[in-house]
Amino acid sequence: MKPFEYRRAEDPADAVAAVAGEPDAMFLAGGTNLVDHLKLGIANPDLLVDISRLPLNGVEELPDGRVRIGATVRNSDLAAHPLIRERYRVLSQALLAGASGQLRNMATTGGNLLQRTRCLYFQDVTTPCNKREPGTGCSAIGGYTRNHAILGASEACVAVHPSDMAVAMAALDAEVVVRGPSGERNIPLAGFHRLPGDKPERDTVLEHGELVTAVLLPPATQSHSAYRKVRDRASYAFALVSVAAVVSMNGDGTIREVRMALGGVAHKPWRAERAEAILRGAQASEENFRRAAEAELESASALGDNAFKIPMARNTMVAVLREVTGGISNV
Amino acid sequence: MDVQITLIVDGAERSLTVDTRTTLLDALRDRLAVTSPKKGCDHGQCGSCTVLLEGRRVTSCLVLAVAQDGADVTTAQGLGEGEQLHPMQEAFLDRDGFQCGFCTPGQVCSAVGMLREAAQGHPSHVTADAGAPVELTDEEIRERMSGNLCRCGAYVNIVAAIRDVTAKEAASTTGVAAPAPKGSAGS
Ligand SMILES: Cc1cc2nc3c(=O)[nH]c(=O)nc-3n(C[C@H](O)[C@H](O)[C@H](O)COP(=O)(O)OP(=O)(O)OC[C@H]3O[C@@H](n4cnc5c(N)ncnc54)[C@H](O)[C@@H]3O)c2cc1C
Ligand code: SF4
Ligand code: FES
Ligand code: FES
Repeated sequence: MKPFEYRRAEDPADAVAAVAGEPDAMFLAGGTNLVDHLKLGIANPDLLVDISRLPLNGVEELPDGRVRIGATVRNSDLAAHPLIRERYRVLSQALLAGASGQLRNMATTGGNLLQRTRCLYFQDVTTPCNKREPGTGCSAIGGYTRNHAILGASEACVAVHPSDMAVAMAALDAEVVVRGPSGERNIPLAGFHRLPGDKPERDTVLEHGELVTAVLLPPATQSHSAYRKVRDRASYAFALVSVAAVVSMNGDGTIREVRMALGGVAHKPWRAERAEAILRGAQASEENFRRAAEAELESASALGDNAFKIPMARNTMVAVLREVTGGISNV
Repeated sequence: MDVQITLIVDGAERSLTVDTRTTLLDALRDRLAVTSPKKGCDHGQCGSCTVLLEGRRVTSCLVLAVAQDGADVTTAQGLGEGEQLHPMQEAFLDRDGFQCGFCTPGQVCSAVGMLREAAQGHPSHVTADAGAPVELTDEEIRERMSGNLCRCGAYVNIVAAIRDVTAKEAASTTGVAAPAPKGSAGS
């Protein structure tokens, strides 16, 4: 591990200035991803600016009904927060499906959004990887691809984003509040993470020195929501495929509004817009669920070992839709 | 780069100089000779390094010591009172909740932290309903302890040990299983 300097930020402005002023500086929040990367030699900062004690650890309802989640709120506290449990069940479920009790006690909202891929080649510094070292090639393509993307990948990178929390936030139409050297901006969560394209080294649209200060959730609506995660073990494993859905119904059994996102399938939380368009206004039926899922996955392509993810994603979408629309019988 | 820090470890104030790269786990084991937290994977995957940091269970291998200046740390070594074992440790003994014992200090700290989380109403992945008090069924215990792996496979007895403590807890009102941080820096 390369030696680095450590300092505790005094306030958000100080944190931004400290990181922005030093090309090889990074923010440290819970450390559950970054400390691992220091050990593995994936991250080699000169300076760590600790933001974990900044007063960004509140969850509060704003006068307009939106809910503001501070960037340093711990994943365990967020999942247990009454506002989140009661009104944004999908988010609480997604958080509780991630990592372990010990890790959720350290992991923060900002750090979870900014955590990096678990691609094995990315984590092994002895192998080429365009995300870790641009231009060296992608070891996953032609290699072991069981955990890799089926949607939105490029020739440069086929990695998936590992966060569960972000998938639920994508389905909730959340916004990320960011503070940078030149002020504050809000970024819709759906546009926060990038597809790899020819720049897989950039996971998000953040510029160096930009600090996530909060995530904003739109006011809760009369809706049903659920998060379902499929993984190799019953617990404590990253998603093979996951689905978050938020649905509200009309009295006649048609779907009024639906928002859905997939995890484990792409370089970012994948908003299922094609499926949503088919479902909006449609009867909540098994046939429509299947048609919507299939439309969403029309552009999916497998790399070999991950071919199973395509039917798995389809079946999981159908199962979650069945659950959130009130248990349409399994025909 | 060296930095001087203070930690309250198992109730005692300890000052030391650490390189910024030192994890809390390495500071405890190599610098302070507190060897109950074990280094298994060193990557957050096994739970054997679990300690209570400000009263909450964390994997100490992913925590930088320098970032915890002033914090209260309780390891399995400091859970009991003097010679008297903590009820969770007693229960592990009674139930044969270990074989080689390597994962045990982490399991015990995790179990103690987990009981406090449950008492505070924190849900888990398998908790059915929002709001209702958490009932520590075997399914709940298993899910909540899933961050602690045991290579000897002593899980059945670990669950039984934790169940014993929760049953005793329910019968008494003292809340023995979840001590408050002992130091002054408690949150
Ligand atoms: C064994 C294991 C299993 C796991 N399983 C899961 C899982 O199933 N699902 C899941 O979703 N996650 C899982 N995780 C990942 C875990 O959730 C993340 O490590 C955690 O959320 C990161 O948060 P942190 O606060 O510790 O971030 P840190 O490690 O402190 O930081 C991570 C990155 O984010 C940057 N950063 C942090 N905060 C900010 C901010 N406010 N603004 C800008 N940049 C910031 C840091 O500079 C760093 O680059 C697992 C982790 C481990 C070790
Ligand atoms: S998939 Fe992406 S992260 Fe994995 S080796 Fe290829 S370039 Fe690197
Ligand atoms: S040594 Fe820390 S989790 Fe394995
Ligand atoms: S008792 Fe041997 S690892 Fe758990």
